[in-house]
Amino acid sequence: MSERADLLLAIADDELFLGWRNSEWTGIAPFLEEDVAFSSIAQNEIGHARALYELAAAELGTTADELAFDRRPEEYRCAPLVQLRRLEWARTIARHWLYETADEIRLEALKASNDPEIAGIAAKMDREEAYHRMHAEMWIDRLLSSEEGRARLNEAVDELWPYALGVLDDELRPELRRRAEERLGRTLPDVEPVTRGVHEAELAELWEEMTMVRRSAPAGARW
Amino acid sequence: MVYEVFRQERKGQPFQHAGSVTAPDESFAEVYAREQYGRRQESVALWLVPREALHQIADFPDEFEMKYRRVDGYSIKARLREARERAGTLEMAPGGAEAE
Repeated sequence: MSERADLLLAIADDELFLGWRNSEWTGIAPFLEEDVAFSSIAQNEIGHARALYELAAAELGTTADELAFDRRPEEYRCAPLVQLRRLEWARTIARHWLYETADEIRLEALKASNDPEIAGIAAKMDREEAYHRMHAEMWIDRLLSSEEGRARLNEAVDELWPYALGVLDDELRPELRRRAEERLGRTLPDVEPVTRGVHEAELAELWEEMTMVRRSAPAGARW
Repeated sequence: MVYEVFRQERKGQPFQHAGSVTAPDESFAEVYAREQYGRRQESVALWLVPREALHQIADFPDEFEMKYRRVDGYSIKARLREARERAGTLEMAPGGAEAE
């Protein structure tokens, strides 16, 4: 597989898994407005995944659906951060914010790509991600504004920090640390990143659920 | 806090009440209104107004039934018909429709 397809799949898998994880709050988010907003963000992420899979599929001679659902769990390239099941609001917001912050750094780099298709899709995604960041940032403001919120956010960020570092390649990690530390107003621990290629147990569980319908229908079924 | 949301469907059109969002502050209200009233490209602009900022008037007494001041208080149907007959244009009225 080309380096390009590998890159596209890595980001597509991130967006698909995060979209799926975020959608686990649909119907049970802390309040109605948040339920609608967070579900909408989840749908957006899955939309980004589709666009990225389509680009990769054109190169690999396959389809977006096959890439999204017909690979074995161990073939997915998503960062462990998005594999984790964290159905607890402080952790969900911490993960959402850490991912969006990392994703912004990654998109900035991709927008400067020599490949016009990659630069184009990155610019398109970034225009939508801007609203995801707005959502994440307002929650961070809110949590930082009270002692309890700050404590819960800090605890969640500390737990997820090694995973957040793993979203980005080596050379982009210092920038993530800089932005996150500046935002939180504190130093984050020096830890070994949990990088892409590591498969948490939660990945297989989610894969089972995510591909269940697809696997239940005969190959080539039309929907 | 409740924010009333008004949306504009196309540029130049009047803003119409769309519904409301409950949010702890303006930044949350903005995000929630965007997601609820803008994500399907159904609006080109939104107004968010804290419910407390609205001043409602809902009492309009009409003790003496001054019908002549209302738009529906004066029927022109019969008069229009007479006028058309006099002018000889009754048959030409479009579709035979008569103004109320």
